[in-house]
Amino acid sequence: MSVITIPEGMPQYVEKPRLDVEAIRADFPILSRTINGHPMVYLDSGNTSQKPRQVVEAMVDHYFHHNANVSRAIYTLGSEATEAYEGARATVAEFIGAPRADEIVFTKNSTEAINLVAHAFSGTAADPRFRLGPGDEIVISEMEHHSNLVPWQLLCERTGATLKWFGVTDQGRLDESNLDELVTERTKIVSLVHYSNILGTINATSRITKRAKEVGALVLLDCSQSVPHLPFDVVDYGVDFIAFTGHKMLGPTGIGVLWGRYELLEAMPPFLGGGSMVETVTMPRTTYAPPPARFEAGTPPIAEAVGLAAAVRYLQGVGMEAIQWHEKELTAYALDALATVPGLHVFGPTVPVGRGGTISFSLAADDGTPIHPHDVGQVLDSLGVQVRVGHHCARPTCVRFGVAAMTRASFYLYTTTGEVDALVRGLAQVRKVFA
Amino acid sequence: MQLDQLYQEIILDHYKRPLGRGLRDPYEAETHHVNPTCGDEITLRVHADDGKIADVSWEGQGCSISQASASILHELLTGTSVGDALKVHETFVELMQSKGQIEPDESVLGDAVAFAGVAKYPARVKCALLSWMAFKDALARAGAMEVPS
Repeated sequence: MSVITIPEGMPQYVEKPRLDVEAIRADFPILSRTINGHPMVYLDSGNTSQKPRQVVEAMVDHYFHHNANVSRAIYTLGSEATEAYEGARATVAEFIGAPRADEIVFTKNSTEAINLVAHAFSGTAADPRFRLGPGDEIVISEMEHHSNLVPWQLLCERTGATLKWFGVTDQGRLDESNLDELVTERTKIVSLVHYSNILGTINATSRITKRAKEVGALVLLDCSQSVPHLPFDVVDYGVDFIAFTGHKMLGPTGIGVLWGRYELLEAMPPFLGGGSMVETVTMPRTTYAPPPARFEAGTPPIAEAVGLAAAVRYLQGVGMEAIQWHEKELTAYALDALATVPGLHVFGPTVPVGRGGTISFSLAADDGTPIHPHDVGQVLDSLGVQVRVGHHCARPTCVRFGVAAMTRASFYLYTTTGEVDALVRGLAQVRKVFA
Repeated sequence: MQLDQLYQEIILDHYKRPLGRGLRDPYEAETHHVNPTCGDEITLRVHADDGKIADVSWEGQGCSISQASASILHELLTGTSVGDALKVHETFVELMQSKGQIEPDESVLGDAVAFAGVAKYPARVKCALLSWMAFKDALARAGAMEVPS
């Protein structure tokens, strides 16, 4: 059973676009494999998504027919590869509503994108918006992935600036109650997760961006979990930078994206030095290319960009609103289904509003003894159910909720209610083994 | 999959009724080890007296494998000579790194032979070794052994 039926008498939301999950699954060969003798149930898309045939085939086609290095070769193949790479930039720009394709910087992943922005800040930055020293502040939150936490800690260590953060409420929402005390004239940048990879919370950003503008602080939104799952437009959100990664949105590993407002990118110093990021090089010094080339030293991930563009086209073909709605219904279904499991506690919002299809939980045996997520994940794996266990690269969030680790199920456009049922059945088996 | 090979009764018994748990005095060295990939932790104390492991006490949080392993470590090594403890340690580490290819020697490893199944799960080997690594570290810090360089 994979079609959700909304009971009669309830709003039917007929105007919402839908997707055909079985037709989508047919595009993902891996989804028909078995694990330990059971049909595989892949519930770890928040970690990395699976790839449709169309993405892999686009990369194969590139390597088989168009492979050359980019931005330097004048021969035909070189032009084809350059066109494909720059075409991917334009495709990604359009996908997130970026006004200009050259606002897209290809990086290795979200982590590199965030580090690139953090690197622009220093005590000697030419542009005052990036000048940072003792007395200045950086604001993050207690629900950040380590990738949006550690780079800022390092930056504070380098410059003497102070790191501050939004707390998280017991319900797993961002605590904005002290917004005005937290984001002040001392704040240089607010770097915030859009969609928590551990709690599933989708943060409302408008109050924060408004406050940041009032005080002249920049805003970076970590969209690693949101751009793959919901319609996103950088102009609507009114932020200065966003970071996301290819492999969580049906694309390959090895490519991520930094989007930044062009005039900000222009004001930023290079990140890595090398080929492709230069204007004129002499023995004593070098002048740098304008963005995005300034930030793309060395041979970039060319085939990966081709794969990412194919992934974007695939997502656009299905429709981001349809994907968002599918996951919303699935999340509602899963929250209800998980509520029937004795001893299960969900961390994060327990209603499918302001949250996505990423659900972390703890599980206890009948006598109340917690069952460690490692053990939960191991028994589930024996039944073919693939979930992530651990601290999900968000240890402070685990600490906030008083646990060392959580079990997490995360969904995508190809996830079915039948797979949620398999998870629930598996959890009953876990409780039996550890009774 | 042979889940019961991994979760043998002995392991589940030690997990539910752990031995040697709770930090005790006296001790010469205390270590704290974590598994950064999953957040499991153990604090372990060693009391060596007259060339013998007089006590191994520990406190930790983690999965059944890591907790049972600490319990079995306490059971096996308390009361043995330092030399014998190191031999058991070496045999256990070798078993865990065997990828399931070694037939464990029950006369050396006692209840720890139950971990032979764990060796087939690369993701869980670290769980089983957490307390054993903390033990060796503590022994070295206590100055109770020659530390190989």
